[in-house]
Amino acid sequence: MAIHHKVLIIGSGPAGLTAAIYTARAGLLPLVIEGEPSSTSDQPGGQLMLTTEVENFPGFPEGIMGPELMTRCREQAARFGAEFITEKVTRVDFSSRPFRAWVRDTEYSAESVIVSTGAQSLMLGLPEEPRLIGHGLSTCATCDGFFFRGQEIAVVGGGDSALEEAQFLTKFASKVHLIVRRDTLRASKIMQDRALANEKISVIWNSTVSKIHGDDKVTGIELTNTQTGATSELGVTGIFIAIGHRPNTDLFKGMLDMEDSGYLITKPGSTYTNIEGVFACGDVQDHTYRQAITAAGSGCMAALDSERWLEHQH
Amino acid sequence: MAQSITTLTSANFDETIGSSDTPILVDFWAEWCGPCKAIAPVLAEIATEQAGNITIAKLNVDDYGDIAMRFNVMSIPTLIVFNKGEAAKRLVGAVGKGKLLQELAEFLPNSH
Repeated sequence: MAIHHKVLIIGSGPAGLTAAIYTARAGLLPLVIEGEPSSTSDQPGGQLMLTTEVENFPGFPEGIMGPELMTRCREQAARFGAEFITEKVTRVDFSSRPFRAWVRDTEYSAESVIVSTGAQSLMLGLPEEPRLIGHGLSTCATCDGFFFRGQEIAVVGGGDSALEEAQFLTKFASKVHLIVRRDTLRASKIMQDRALANEKISVIWNSTVSKIHGDDKVTGIELTNTQTGATSELGVTGIFIAIGHRPNTDLFKGMLDMEDSGYLITKPGSTYTNIEGVFACGDVQDHTYRQAITAAGSGCMAALDSERWLEHQH
Repeated sequence: MAQSITTLTSANFDETIGSSDTPILVDFWAEWCGPCKAIAPVLAEIATEQAGNITIAKLNVDDYGDIAMRFNVMSIPTLIVFNKGEAAKRLVGAVGKGKLLQELAEFLPNSH
């Protein structure tokens, strides 16, 4: 027997939680299926659970720790009556109404659904990665940096995330090699300036990681120059991947329209997906901006879209 | 009454592992580790529900880094199940209760 709600929100990063605040305040008694504990960004709170200082979210002139910001958003949603389940949705069916979602054998049904499942770190795609993750290979500097005190490590990527991770890791590592695919960084200017001024960070341009060495832990990496094809070895005992994210949309394959990259397609200027009554917000449908504040903004849009759509149904 | 979780230190580690008559799951954690906090309630539930079948213990890697290094712990949470004094299984990273119980099934009696 399904547990029925007017609004079901899948995912609990800034987008999902803002949608929860607004739909709760509209008296819609939303249920948030927030995800389950994990060491990736696929967890309650989303990507910000893996960062430290968030300095660019408006309203916090001194900055705020990512996990703290998410705790506050969750409290705010709960205050207005949003209900939370700390589980991960295992299956959905949006082919008929009411819409349905399952957490293993437990079925939930809803008049409208807000999809805000976000994105998680891309890996390099090397065959040795699954074996070495957690054994010197990591996608989370704040989680694992502690274990690389005094060691020489590599960070792969050229965006804000990569530079932030590299910067953070200099607190522990003796040296951080930043492996950048092109000859420029795509990070914000302020992050670039800080990183390049940091003596512990040295940049290796025009390079990709072609191999990670080590049996039961990372002992080094092979680099390939993207211009010349020449390979070289780098003796590092830790490697952090920060090359971008892929949206968490496997659940919706064949059901919601999405781009080849997996990003959900929403009608421009709204959060409507190809299925009326199902709305998408946050990084799951945004490959352009991908900021906590844009996610929060689109979460509000999804709440208003669903609220008005629900009104039209009655 | 809730089953308590054993706190391990460098001093009591070997003795506790060696003398346990059930499999013992050691949770390597630290105060600053978010995912470690996320699985703490899950481990507390398992400690109570599976009392007598498996023992849950915690080791703070900040305080007892020597033990963490001995077992090559490079990412937390790391959960190592010791059976008859030997490290029998290692899980790196936080997981939900369902997945964790699946991983521990081989150490637990069939009916529960």
